[in-house]
Amino acid sequence: MKTVDTNSEWAVDASGLVKTFGENRAVDGVNLRVKAGTIYGVLGPNGAGKTTTIRMLATLLKADAGSARIFGYDIAKDPQIVRQLIGVTGQYASVDESLSATENLIIFSRLLGLSRKEARVKAEELLEEFGLTEAAKRPLKHFSGGMRRRLDLAASLIARPPLIFLDEPTTGLDPRTRNQMWDTIRKLVKSGSTVLLTTQYLQEADELADRVAVIDRGRVVAEGTVDELKQSVGSSSLHVSIQNADQIGAAKELVERILNVQAAVSAEGRKITVPLADADAVSDLLLALRKEGIQSAELSIQKPTLDEVFLTITGKGAKKEVES
Amino acid sequence: MNSYLDTHIVDRQLKNKSSFRQALMNSFTMAFRGLLKIKRTPEQLFDVTLQPIIFTLMFTYIFGGAIAGDVKSYLPVIIPGILVQTVISTSVVTGVQLREDMDKGVFDRFKSLPIARIAPLAGALMADTIRYTIATILTFVMGYIMGYHPEGGLSSIIIAGILVVVCAWAVSWIFAFFGVIARTASSVQGISMLVLFPLTFLSNAFVPANTMPNWLQWFVNINPISHLVTAVRDLTNSGTVGVDMTISLIGAAVIVAIFAPITVRAYMRRV
Repeated sequence: MKTVDTNSEWAVDASGLVKTFGENRAVDGVNLRVKAGTIYGVLGPNGAGKTTTIRMLATLLKADAGSARIFGYDIAKDPQIVRQLIGVTGQYASVDESLSATENLIIFSRLLGLSRKEARVKAEELLEEFGLTEAAKRPLKHFSGGMRRRLDLAASLIARPPLIFLDEPTTGLDPRTRNQMWDTIRKLVKSGSTVLLTTQYLQEADELADRVAVIDRGRVVAEGTVDELKQSVGSSSLHVSIQNADQIGAAKELVERILNVQAAVSAEGRKITVPLADADAVSDLLLALRKEGIQSAELSIQKPTLDEVFLTITGKGAKKEVES
Repeated sequence: MNSYLDTHIVDRQLKNKSSFRQALMNSFTMAFRGLLKIKRTPEQLFDVTLQPIIFTLMFTYIFGGAIAGDVKSYLPVIIPGILVQTVISTSVVTGVQLREDMDKGVFDRFKSLPIARIAPLAGALMADTIRYTIATILTFVMGYIMGYHPEGGLSSIIIAGILVVVCAWAVSWIFAFFGVIARTASSVQGISMLVLFPLTFLSNAFVPANTMPNWLQWFVNINPISHLVTAVRDLTNSGTVGVDMTISLIGAAVIVAIFAPITVRAYMRRV
């Protein structure tokens, strides 16, 4: 018998995790360190390796190389101990479709060693907490996406694990349900849990996470607090569309010279996107464009999005990755 | 309102191995889940309710006159044969359903819980014995309605029924193995039928083996299904326990000894 010291500094300490599916290196040497009692966001586009990373940390998938420790316990050597310390809420609800919410929670509780009576009490408590009491007896087939996610999270909390993995907890939820989910996550951390969540949205990381890792093509390409990440992107970004595609090279050079950062050209070759630290520089740029005889078709300034984080960090857009 | 989330996490006792008792408890819970699923979707019992009725009627009236002279004297031969054939083929469904189940998200949760690794498999197989029991009872009832009144009496019939259910459970490990390694549910069905047909038809289930060519008789005589059929006939028709029952049980034990470990290992590798 061992006991867990939930005050140990690192809830997750992974180094060099690798997972290959055939030719595709889905996770290609990921290092992650998550401090106990914090919310950690793993940010990246579809197919970046977020889910695979979580599945390895949650002992659902064996790593091809590298190692990870959960509260000091090795995922490969002590998987059964790790499972007692974690709760996993998958991207696709990991609950039993053909059973009711109550039946699901009772079965998971029983599997975790609760007595019949304890399991029933626990199920009621959780349904109450997550506002599912009225739907408790209905089969899950008739549940909305948000209800399913809530039940899924409830099922992860039966044993009150100190570390909870949430794989894209709000993808596909309406804004109201999403805010509820955020509140629940914040409450979890306040009560001492550690949360590792993946997301495609910078805003979500912004709202919740203490620290963020940006992941792309199976690698961590940036790590830090949300503020640090944003500073690296510039507070906003500037999009300039050029009327004449032939001038795009000259325009890019000009933009890079005046704003003093690297710019990217869109696939169709007419639009330049560049991080913008100083809004004053825009007027300089416009004057310079006029002077060089380059006509702009459209000009806009946008707040940083995941796209821009990617642009700055990897030198290419995130959307392109999604398509490939 | 947030009473549940406000409670703080307590330090806990951790174990890296699950005990035999835990494995048993977990398996029973998983079996309970299987029963709940049957209760929620009773239409999945169609095969075990209709097949005994249709097959018993069909085979008895088709083969009865040709093989035994008349239907009534064929019943003691065919009812044990049909029983074994029906119940064993029902065990294919175990593999198919296991494959379907494993593709669902809920299996991720089972894998991430600190439960005995074998429980989801063992539980599914355990729950399916209810299906075998239904098929067994219905076959005997159909036989009775058609005029089958075996000499062995009710207690022998019950023992015979239990024997068939136990053997079907053992055989279901084979199909569970296919279920774990196959990629789709329909391929499980395909491979399983390939195994099942020779096994049930190249036996003494429907016709006495003595009219077959020698090489076929050789196979029929070593076929475990033949021994099980003979064991059931001995029990129901004369109330005797013969060497065939021992062979059937040993055969069942051997199947479990081979297929349970490799199935669990294949299952773990997919984890």
